[in-house]
Amino acid sequence: MNKSKQDTLVAVAMSGGVDSSVVAVKLKLEGYNVIGLTMKLWDFSEIGAEEDKTISRRCCSLEMFDDARSVCYKYGIPHYVLNMHEDFHETVIDDFVKEYLVGRTPNPCVICNYKVKWELLENKTKQMGCDYLATGHYARIEQDAETGRYSILKGVDATRDQSYFLWGLKQDSLARTMFPLGDLRKTEVRKLAQEYGLINADREESREICFVPNNDYTKLVEKKEPNLPGKGVIRDTAGNAVGEHEGFYKYTVGQRRRIEIKTNQKKYVTKIIPEKNEIVIGDDEDLFDQIFRVKEVNWVALDPRSPETRKPITATSHTHINHDTAITSSDNHSRASGNPLPQAPQITALAKIRYLHKPVPATLSLLTDGNVEVKLHEAQRAITPGQSCVFYDGDIVLGGGKIA
Amino acid sequence: MKQVYLDYNSSTPLDPRVLEEMLPYLQNNYGNASSIHGVGQRARAGLEQSRERLAVSLNCRPDELYFTSGATEANNLAIKGVADALAHKGKHIITTRVEHQAVLEPCEYLKRQGYDVSYLEVDSGGRVSIDELRSALREDTILVSIIYVNNETGTIQDIKELAAVAHEHKVLFHTDAVQAIGRMPVDIRDLDVDLLSVSAHKFYGPKGVGALFARVGTRFTPVIHGGSHERGKRAGTENIAAAVGMARALELAVAEMDERRSHVERLIDRLNTGILERVPSARFHGDREHWLKYTMFFTFPGSDGEAILVNLDMKGIAVSSGSACTSGATEPSHVLLAMGVPSEEADTAVRFSLGKDTTDADIDYVLETLPPIIENLRQMSPEYAKAE
Repeated sequence: MNKSKQDTLVAVAMSGGVDSSVVAVKLKLEGYNVIGLTMKLWDFSEIGAEEDKTISRRCCSLEMFDDARSVCYKYGIPHYVLNMHEDFHETVIDDFVKEYLVGRTPNPCVICNYKVKWELLENKTKQMGCDYLATGHYARIEQDAETGRYSILKGVDATRDQSYFLWGLKQDSLARTMFPLGDLRKTEVRKLAQEYGLINADREESREICFVPNNDYTKLVEKKEPNLPGKGVIRDTAGNAVGEHEGFYKYTVGQRRRIEIKTNQKKYVTKIIPEKNEIVIGDDEDLFDQIFRVKEVNWVALDPRSPETRKPITATSHTHINHDTAITSSDNHSRASGNPLPQAPQITALAKIRYLHKPVPATLSLLTDGNVEVKLHEAQRAITPGQSCVFYDGDIVLGGGKIA
Repeated sequence: MKQVYLDYNSSTPLDPRVLEEMLPYLQNNYGNASSIHGVGQRARAGLEQSRERLAVSLNCRPDELYFTSGATEANNLAIKGVADALAHKGKHIITTRVEHQAVLEPCEYLKRQGYDVSYLEVDSGGRVSIDELRSALREDTILVSIIYVNNETGTIQDIKELAAVAHEHKVLFHTDAVQAIGRMPVDIRDLDVDLLSVSAHKFYGPKGVGALFARVGTRFTPVIHGGSHERGKRAGTENIAAAVGMARALELAVAEMDERRSHVERLIDRLNTGILERVPSARFHGDREHWLKYTMFFTFPGSDGEAILVNLDMKGIAVSSGSACTSGATEPSHVLLAMGVPSEEADTAVRFSLGKDTTDADIDYVLETLPPIIENLRQMSPEYAKAE
């Protein structure tokens, strides 16, 4: 788009928090034509927290709407609240509950990003005539001059980097997206907020899931699914019943809490079997695994299936694409169906298996069903079904998907 | 950019003639009406004169009018006040599905306090039926509250007949008359209601002032406790300048009623015809037989109400869609849902509400601007393309 800044209409997705508020004011001061949009994503009644006074001052509370509004009005930015709670409920909350019911541990922020913020909100901004959607994510976007393909890069502030949550973004969305905080550190953002005189400059933000009050998702699951089986059997890796659990959905792979059995050793959840209402526990070493599959894959910086993007991304790249190797399926581990794709390359990249995981080298094999088989060069602890696995080349997000 | 304000049901600008009469009470006669000294007495005189003038405009007695902070407070005082005062007689209240939140929420509050609330259904035009009211009345019914003119559709209810049915059963009748007062003749004696709510800023008066009419002898408990202002029914130092403004604004509205009404009706007709001609499958919602033509509610199936509103706002046109909830997000209008409109269609609603200052040029601008916006939004909607 070759419009001047003042002719470029940018919609800023504003939660009422400091980051997105800074984005709105920053773009406005840079000369863009800015509007602020705040999504109403849920009601307190929907998450079973009508009376819980401890969870005000967070996304979707009235105070946060007021904060977004007052920032906008102070800088002459039109602001609108969009009612998206039905969409959010269907797309994010229902999926979140469903994932726990099948024994997985979901990343609702990932789904919210690519299905709500981008698919739905971005579409609304198109309808409003906006050229771009800007958010307060700590991540960067770059376009490859040769291929035209857009990449997501980590934010320069490693402690705040949110690229892990953005792997689901499609190319046409990235073409219309701005991450104005990607080049900034959080401390710089706070300084800007103070400079701009924003009322929320010093507020500490919650890193909890916005619709889960007090970090206790089990209440939400129980509210949505009142007829869950309660207590059930805990088995050891050999299949012996060793104790009783409190309800399978209260557990996640790698967890130690809520396991009350008579032993002096540390025991961890290694597997959840919802259909039997059982969980399996084992030792720390039982949690280590090397090979797994990733489904619902979205490729970002490269598309290994189209030849023109099959190249190392950076000079110092860890990514190596081997075009000549015939792929052999390396295991019987598969949790999903799909066979290796005959002509597809193997990719060496870094894989990050949860938000607070340091990416590790892995070999990725494309399967015929579009899924990816990941072989980590070294086994990692607690590879958790439902979590996102994101493939990196240094700072660049190559793609990602959901651990099967 | 041209600015066109078609949201007069939300609020109206203060008439300069009203402001002129208010200013002395903000600057010179600033006393507290409860004080015994001269300054206080002059303030008191202004307050009581306003009450008398309002009573003349509404055809009731001055001592039947209680100043409040607006219609929301008047509705709360009527509903919660009567419910409390008559709790010994019964705990059943009847209202409708198409009330303003300022009636629905006090009723919901009473439900949580152990009262029983019946909600009358409406027909596709938004009207309640007299027979349905008759069959909803019970031994323990203490109050009926029905909106006079709907704020979203402009549908008029037969308040006089409905009140008569309530009275046959010796039940009190309240009406939220906010959208009717100042726009159509309202004669309280003729209507024969027991309680009626008024808001000044809907007829070019100031915000923050309203009144509750309560027929002499009607028992209701105050909601705000404190000093013995408003004959012990509403504590708090009276907002005299605002009361004066409300009295003056209503006098002007009554004096100019026919002139304003024929002007607005002509513009509504133009807008109505223009939209139906230029926007395919636009749908009118309301009752054309019982319609106060200040308000026009349309849906534009296949588009998105929020997007219409934002697009229009960016073109300088102020309208509203459905009812805004506390967060400012638009909910599908409960009035349309009660009228049987599917919720996907209710999501595409736009309310145009006109006023005395609306011009032909305003209507021209809307008729130029709106159709391409709807067309464009429909083209972006995959569902609509399929249906076409």
